[in-house]
Amino acid sequence: MIHLFQVPLFGLCGVALVGLGLFGAIVQADLFRRILSLSVMGSGIFLLFSVVARRPAAGDVAVDPVPQALLITGIVVAFSAVALAVMLLERLDQVSVTDDGEE
Amino acid sequence: MSQLLDIVLVAMTLSLAVWTVMARDVFSATVGFMAFGLLLAIIWVQLAAPDVAMTEAAIGAGASGVLFLRFIARRDALGASIGKPRPDDAPVPTGLRIACGALCGIVAMALGIAVLALPSPAPSLAQAAAASLPRTGLGNPIAAVLMAYRALDTLLESVVLVLALIGIWSLSPDSAWGSSPDPFPSPAPAGPLTLFARLLPPVGIIVGIHLTWIGATAPGGKFQGATVLAAMWLLAMMAGLARPPAIGATWLRVLLAAGPTIFLAIGFSGWLFADAFLAYTDAAAKPIIVLIEAVLTPSIAAILAMMLIGPPALAHMRAPDT
Repeated sequence: MIHLFQVPLFGLCGVALVGLGLFGAIVQADLFRRILSLSVMGSGIFLLFSVVARRPAAGDVAVDPVPQALLITGIVVAFSAVALAVMLLERLDQVSVTDDGEE
Repeated sequence: MSQLLDIVLVAMTLSLAVWTVMARDVFSATVGFMAFGLLLAIIWVQLAAPDVAMTEAAIGAGASGVLFLRFIARRDALGASIGKPRPDDAPVPTGLRIACGALCGIVAMALGIAVLALPSPAPSLAQAAAASLPRTGLGNPIAAVLMAYRALDTLLESVVLVLALIGIWSLSPDSAWGSSPDPFPSPAPAGPLTLFARLLPPVGIIVGIHLTWIGATAPGGKFQGATVLAAMWLLAMMAGLARPPAIGATWLRVLLAAGPTIFLAIGFSGWLFADAFLAYTDAAAKPIIVLIEAVLTPSIAAILAMMLIGPPALAHMRAPDT
């Protein structure tokens, strides 16, 4: 009954990641560090979700494929959001550099 | 034994997460994040989710790592071009830090209580998903969920990818619209990167197609396969063996939009031939799903690669000469 041990262990790991990421996203001054922290927080949420997918192992099915499939979708969508955020930040840096130069 | 492995994994993952959030310089934090992603992938293997593990390793660690490292390199180059390091933002005062830490702790505690008090027996859609598995002709239940049971999510996801790319492209200045993104700085022509970029793609392309194809019956799938394909294209562009295409090129636009468009068209044809949007007739389910994956994979690969290259002409248009 390995999953009985895994659910609290990985579940609490996911919880800790959410707390850590949230902390970083609030206290880090650098915007890029905030994006990194938000990614950590997102990973924590994904981990929580996969722990939920693992729980039906108690029944006759090994794992629940529905949350796992949604996780794959979630990881890809989160990546595209992070990519957009990073590119926005790059543009922000460039624009602020030129503004400083003109002043 | 397996429990010991789980405990070590959790300890390492948490330390790397602390490192990523708190490390002093940005580069170390990013490298920490990539290692963190790979450890998470191992956790997913332990949680009997190999498909998720592959996606996390390919996208969560690999593609994100490329994105972040590229950003740091560009920012350093921008800082060097104006002759001064980027000014540091004011750090948050210690008192406020402690207060934030306490509040985040409370959020985590509330979540933790929820995790420990999950309802038993666990609610599950596994039975419903498994029941429709034979009708799709697929052997991998996750592929069946992605392509049949919850095909709408997958359709919307492919649209989100296109929208994100449009968002990234729209950051290009008007004068550069439609031109090629800046090529990566060329490495030494006879260096190891060039060698890899010549040796790896033939293997990588086959691995990417295999991952997509095998996804119907075993762990794998179009997103994992498409990421490998995108990595091969990026590798060739980084080594200077291929030039980034102009974002206005018709062939590129067709390639990017083909996957979601055909998926959508098949969705609408569900009303004609089956009984609902995105419904497939039983006999044709497997061929239709394979067709969707076959057109979606190149589109996703191209979208991911173009996302990582970024919008055109950012560097030389704004970097001042002073």
